[in-house]
Amino acid sequence: MTAPSTSAARFGRSASRVPDLVFRLGTGGFAWVVVGIVVLVGILLAASSTQVFEKFGLSFLTGSTWDPVAAVYGALPFIVGTLLSSFIAILLAAPIGILTAIFLAELAPRRVAVPLTFAVELLAAIPSVVYGLWGVFILGPFLASTVDAWLHGALGWIPIFAGTPDGVGLFSAGVILTLMILPTIVAISRDVITAVPDSQREAMLALGATRWEMITKSVLPYARSGVYGAVILGLGRALGETMAVTMVIGNRTALPKTIFDSSQTIASQIATTFSEAGAGLPTSALIGLGLVLLVTTMSLNIVARLLVWRVAGPGTDRR
Amino acid sequence: MTISLSKRMGALALASAMAVGACSSPAATTTPTAAAVATGPAASAGPTTPQVPSGNVTLAGAGATFPALLYQVWIEKFSTAYPNVAINYVANGSGAGITAITQQTVDFGASDAAMKDTEIAALPAGTKILHVPTALGAVVLIFNVAGVDTKPITKLNLDGPTIAGIFLGKITTWNDPAIAALNPDIAANLPATPIKVIHRADGSGTTNTFTTYLSAVSDDWKNGPGAGKTVNWPTGDGAPGNDGVSGGVKGGDGRIGYVELQYAVISGLSSAAVKNANGKFVQGSSDGVTAAANGALDAFPADFRAAPIINGAGDTTYPIASYTYLLVYQDQTDATKGQALVAYIYWALTDGQKEEKAIGYAPLPDPIQQKALDELHSITTGGAPIWAK
Amino acid sequence: MAAAVAARASISDRLTGVSAGRRRTTVDRTMRTLSFVAALLCVVPLGAVLVFVAAKGLPALSLDLITKGPKALGIGGGAANAVLGTLQMVPIAALLAIPSGVLGAIYVAEFGDRRLARIVRFCADVLVGIPSILIGIFVFTFLVLPFKQFNAFAGSVALAIIMLPVVMRTTEESLHLVPNSLREASLALGVPMWRTVLSVVLRTGLPGILTGSMLAFARAMGETAPLLFTALGSRLINVGNLGQPMDALPLFIYTNAREPIEALNEQAWGAAALLLLVVLFINIAVRARSFGRRIG
Repeated sequence: MTAPSTSAARFGRSASRVPDLVFRLGTGGFAWVVVGIVVLVGILLAASSTQVFEKFGLSFLTGSTWDPVAAVYGALPFIVGTLLSSFIAILLAAPIGILTAIFLAELAPRRVAVPLTFAVELLAAIPSVVYGLWGVFILGPFLASTVDAWLHGALGWIPIFAGTPDGVGLFSAGVILTLMILPTIVAISRDVITAVPDSQREAMLALGATRWEMITKSVLPYARSGVYGAVILGLGRALGETMAVTMVIGNRTALPKTIFDSSQTIASQIATTFSEAGAGLPTSALIGLGLVLLVTTMSLNIVARLLVWRVAGPGTDRR
Repeated sequence: MTISLSKRMGALALASAMAVGACSSPAATTTPTAAAVATGPAASAGPTTPQVPSGNVTLAGAGATFPALLYQVWIEKFSTAYPNVAINYVANGSGAGITAITQQTVDFGASDAAMKDTEIAALPAGTKILHVPTALGAVVLIFNVAGVDTKPITKLNLDGPTIAGIFLGKITTWNDPAIAALNPDIAANLPATPIKVIHRADGSGTTNTFTTYLSAVSDDWKNGPGAGKTVNWPTGDGAPGNDGVSGGVKGGDGRIGYVELQYAVISGLSSAAVKNANGKFVQGSSDGVTAAANGALDAFPADFRAAPIINGAGDTTYPIASYTYLLVYQDQTDATKGQALVAYIYWALTDGQKEEKAIGYAPLPDPIQQKALDELHSITTGGAPIWAK
Repeated sequence: MAAAVAARASISDRLTGVSAGRRRTTVDRTMRTLSFVAALLCVVPLGAVLVFVAAKGLPALSLDLITKGPKALGIGGGAANAVLGTLQMVPIAALLAIPSGVLGAIYVAEFGDRRLARIVRFCADVLVGIPSILIGIFVFTFLVLPFKQFNAFAGSVALAIIMLPVVMRTTEESLHLVPNSLREASLALGVPMWRTVLSVVLRTGLPGILTGSMLAFARAMGETAPLLFTALGSRLINVGNLGQPMDALPLFIYTNAREPIEALNEQAWGAAALLLLVVLFINIAVRARSFGRRIG
């Protein structure tokens, strides 16, 4: 679709006249604003959280007690809550999303694929807080009486499916997150699958492979790293999602034991308690959580984009 | 750029003619509904009422959700009487109120938990904060549980140890023998539904009051989670604000939570009668709180930082009650804002008191009201008192 | 002929590990059906969200909702504070983000040497991925704490930071689509470079830039987290005072969703319907235009 790598620096540094130079420097200033923001966010979070890391060291990450009254800060409950809710989301969204992408790119006739692709894009346009509202009043009660009850009934003997499902908690948050990251996974997987050269498909079909064999044995292997990238990008989004999760996860600051337990993610803990965090250690601890989140999402994003670029070139992953 | 807009009002002159008009505001002439304030200074203070500034002023406040329903009514009435004063109160929890006033991001904070010494130590150097009590309220236990007969249970008796047992996660179903024993009339109707606790997710004065109560009635609680604006809850889900807790309790069968009385009223949820120090089961009410406050008058500290009023004596005393405070800096950096703030607080302490009973809060007892008004005189701007004696 | 068939069969044997062609067909058919089902699973939630927001929100949409502010004890009142807040903060954010994003993209696409362009592009991608709640903390530190006032301007800046990388990347892409011959022709006519960019390149890329900007605008409208510690929210109707706290539709939905009063829950649904109507309208209008091209 685009080939930015070949077209960068169209005018190069040939600017000789003063107005051109001014223009170049001026626009350059704006370009560096983005860099500046990223660097400043990083510095701010790192600098403002030093106190908590100095006091607790790595036990900040492994401690399971978060008690502002006793000034004990262990981030493990939030790290676990974040990872579990996102893990549930990936477990559901990755297969559904990849299959959908396959359907859209390889199987569906155009008149089906076009409206479906459009619908998936709209899914991404719905604001987080609207998902949250819907999650609190519609999805939560619905899950409690159907899926939760069924999972609990069928698998309740497994400890992680025990507990009392009531529509609030990790599982509900995971399902909401699934909806929120599906568009990312579908759109990017679809792009990388579309980017697989036709010669790959033709070779397989010529060998007498069925459509599905062609997809699994030729298209997907070729697109594999890009699809991984799509999933990882989805994961990154799930980890940092705030409002919808805050509204349905139950805001409980203890380690969850089952997937129906209420929990708290890093982002939702910041959302619910940052405005009361006093200067010093309390703020430092919350910003420390933010730093953990930043580092995680940033690394995932970088890895994901490198993977996607390997298949489809830069420019595919912007949705 | 526009950030400093709020500071522009500093130089506004005040018209003294306006002040005379302010004294004769309609509210001041209405008959008090609560007998307690009938002798309040609104009638006797005469010409020394604080003056409302003449220009447009916006005051920003943040904090406690416990008195938020009362404050909403007050702000509406006050702004109707003085349309040039807009008050923006954001109810985001007592913890947030204390933090906001400490960081000076608001003109006044609100909290039902008095600031602790460590919190006062964290204030900007050279500043002094005043705790102005504005009201009292009850923390009631709201519940949402359908009986065996599938109809919602509306009447429930609880005592301290049972409440502590529930919030410790030791009493886990509604038909637990401990609950049944307190409710012999409906024991057969109590379902086996699991109890789900809804507590606060944010730092909360309501939590401070409630956990102070739990610590008083249960050693397990005292030696476990303890008392404070935020505690390590052994069980249950968190929800932000009194509104969030009542919304959460309303959201599903089997739930129980603790909120200020009026939140039970507006959410249409029943609240439990709690056994008081005299062994009587008392429903949370304005009168029950007034009884508690009157019983604890002697204990009211000189610096106004009263602890929650727990398990007061008296047959009609409700055992879980608390003052709620506005937190203001003694020296106001912005003269106009300071003037508006003093005028508003004065209004709240006098005319405002008459609103309290009707919406589930308890007016300040006379001596406390008088102390609070006296305290208002000590608010200064640039060293000069805003409302001289 | 027979040999060819045999060869095909043996290859398929190796492909599937079984000799029965029927099994392969079954797998093929099952998996194709499954992918169809998966696609349906993606669409059902969209339908469910839209249906419920419409069913619960549209009845709550009234003149009161957009003309009245909140009232004490949840009696009557509306979301005018939030509607007006969103109408102020988001356009201001757009005014900050769109010019900066477009100019920054011009640099990356037209001038920057390849390495610098990569760094900038990389940072834009990273910024898109930073959770928006962290942007809220960032802006709080620089625009709320020092000024000792929660304020709408800080809210706008936070939203602008969310919009900026989106605008920048879409602009950059559309600039890359402008053929080089146009630039060369313009330069050959003696038009200075800066004018070439502004009047030739930018104009050609305009549709793409508009698309990106509108989508960024719609996204900013729905953002809650960056406003929590900046604009804070307000029960007052605030028009024009950016130095004071301000409400926004997402904040209104968030606070009213948890209220124990049905009337306020209904207002949350009404506000959600309003927000969704606008956001989806922008998305559909903008995407529908460019859609045919993209899906090829």
